[in-house]
Amino acid sequence: MDFSWLSDPFYLGYLWEGFVNTLWLLLVSAVGGLLLAVLVALARLRGPRPLAWLVWAFTTVMRGTPLLVQLFFFYYGVGHLMEGVPGIRETIVWPLLRDPFFFAALTFILSVGAYSGEVIRGAMQSVPQGELEAGRAFGLSGFQVLTRLWLPRAIQLCLPTLTGEMILLLKSIPLVSTIALMDLLQAANIIRDETFLVYEPLLLIAGIYIATTVVLTLALHLVELNFPGMRPTRNRWLPIR
Amino acid sequence: MTAMSPEGLGDWAGPIFSGALTTVQIALLAYAIGLLLGLLGAGAKLSPWAPLRGLATAYSTLIRAVPELLLILLLYYAGAQALDALLAHLGMAGAVQITGFATAVGVLAFVQGAYMTEVFRGAILAIPRGQLEAADAFGFSRWARFHRIVLPGMLPNALPGMSNLWLILIKDTALISVIGFNELFFTIQQAAASSRAYFLFYAAAGVIYLLMTLSSTALFARLERHVRRGQPTEA
Amino acid sequence: MKLPMMFVTAVTALGLSHTALADAPLNVGISGEPYPPFTYKAASGDWTGFEVALAHAICADMERECKIVPTGWSGIIPSLDAGRIDMIMNSMSITEKRQRVIDFTRPYYFTPGAYVAASDLEINIPEDLDGLVMGVQSATTNATYARRELRDSGVEIRLYDQAEQVNNDLLSGRLDVILADEIAMVQFLERNEADDYEVKATAPRHEAYGEGIGIGLRQEDNALQASLNEAITAVIEDGTCASLSEQYLTTDVCVYD
Repeated sequence: MDFSWLSDPFYLGYLWEGFVNTLWLLLVSAVGGLLLAVLVALARLRGPRPLAWLVWAFTTVMRGTPLLVQLFFFYYGVGHLMEGVPGIRETIVWPLLRDPFFFAALTFILSVGAYSGEVIRGAMQSVPQGELEAGRAFGLSGFQVLTRLWLPRAIQLCLPTLTGEMILLLKSIPLVSTIALMDLLQAANIIRDETFLVYEPLLLIAGIYIATTVVLTLALHLVELNFPGMRPTRNRWLPIR
Repeated sequence: MTAMSPEGLGDWAGPIFSGALTTVQIALLAYAIGLLLGLLGAGAKLSPWAPLRGLATAYSTLIRAVPELLLILLLYYAGAQALDALLAHLGMAGAVQITGFATAVGVLAFVQGAYMTEVFRGAILAIPRGQLEAADAFGFSRWARFHRIVLPGMLPNALPGMSNLWLILIKDTALISVIGFNELFFTIQQAAASSRAYFLFYAAAGVIYLLMTLSSTALFARLERHVRRGQPTEA
Repeated sequence: MKLPMMFVTAVTALGLSHTALADAPLNVGISGEPYPPFTYKAASGDWTGFEVALAHAICADMERECKIVPTGWSGIIPSLDAGRIDMIMNSMSITEKRQRVIDFTRPYYFTPGAYVAASDLEINIPEDLDGLVMGVQSATTNATYARRELRDSGVEIRLYDQAEQVNNDLLSGRLDVILADEIAMVQFLERNEADDYEVKATAPRHEAYGEGIGIGLRQEDNALQASLNEAITAVIEDGTCASLSEQYLTTDVCVYD
């Protein structure tokens, strides 16, 4: 096995850039996606009929189509539409529209929002309604009931599943190499192109992903253990979707 | 003939349809093989022999820890090379040409097997021990116990997981387009590039995949109702 | 009566063995991702383009059957080594780095890399590239050249899997400039949607570009290399290459000795 290219700062630079982009994308998608997920769950549980239906259609489409197709749809499909819009290059959002990171983050946020939205919705439905009614009886506003009672209780029920979704998000990130974003896989492809080594670069980033998965799993496990009121979860090291 | 003439959805309907057919074929084959691998893996993981358990655990843990796209790339090259090396070792170099189709199916099946192992293992563990002990007390052979008690008992527990894995598999077939294999999404990309109607074709791709996943969900729902017949329904 | 029969049998046997040898079809590897006007797929499902037509002409000259086998571009050399294809004929430049792993025939065409940008963008390359966004197709000599030579120019390089994706992002404005094969760019600029774009400069000869485009072969296939070299020379000298080149590329890019 030839790993001599690891000592070349030229390649290390790309690997580092890829790693940083991967982490940023993970963070932005996770935070944005989970926020969207709460909104999705709320819309389906308490929203007006048309909105609830629209959100249902959204989650069905996002969960029923491949992530790769979604990435291409947003980046190349919408990008192509941009050609025909006059004056778009003078708008404020133009730098964002030029950036593959923006479209990758957008697609992942929507995807996490759909999948996690369903998870949170199920959990919110399982929270005993009596507790929420008690909160109202105590004079808590609707918003307070949501943030102090309903959501925390729901998350207690579905936290292991949500951490599983985060790991799955991490594993989906290599797909962004297909929309011109410099991630670990693109860095590995550069090394493969120039050194003609087939396995070593891919094995390296597989190793980096495994290591990152382990660290992320441990970190999320810590969150699980320390989340208020959580019953001790059984040992689940790797998620099954 | 020199410039690419813009062509519409109608012109590409034929190749897109055959691409969709290829996708379904790959998915069905990979699922079937993955199912067998999963049963073997689950059996290995539950077996009393430590080395067998270790091997199965390594298989399912490693495969599930690495992103699918990376796995597909690695296995695509490694699998082809390994098979060629094996054949050369057996003195049959070049005798069997491994097609791209076979490699794609093999790769996806190998990955499915790892996830299936976990699904089946969990489902088998959920069978009430009493039923297995009763089967042993009645003198069932291991094979009879397997296909009369274990398999039917495991199926209702495994079906949600199996249905989930099928949906993921259908969507993962799109990843094979990255290695240039001509399935549905690859054809869509060619159509989009050739006709410059990117939005249209990628939207069409979404619709086709959605149809596949929706009909699969409905089918699995019926299957689950059938398999759960006779069981007490949830309150 | 016996001698003529033996003679006839011998001749027939020789003839049959000749056809048996000639019958083994050659798998010609091209990129599965379209690369017009060299290789692309029409809606009819057939692969067409300058290199596809040239491949058929070369095979006709060698009197062997050729099968076009589309393969993922980034895995095309491993596919050659694994025996899935017998040759690579998709605008692959003969470079020293590649020659360490595969062999090439003599070059059959040569074109430099060209920078394409919007007509109203006034730039001198490479000084004015600072701050601009440039797109190249990965696994090409243009990508290697850009990475190595343009590092200090301040340009942001984006890598795409497919040539058409690079073109698309230039047209939608995501990229300020692209670096790609000159002929492919001349073809691209003829399209209606590319009216406002032009070639700004061509890249200088650099070791990243090599000696020209050749057919990639396994290093041990010396017999195939010899017969391909003969066929290429024949096809170039009798003008077939030139006429196909004019037809698909509107200019003659064949390499004459």
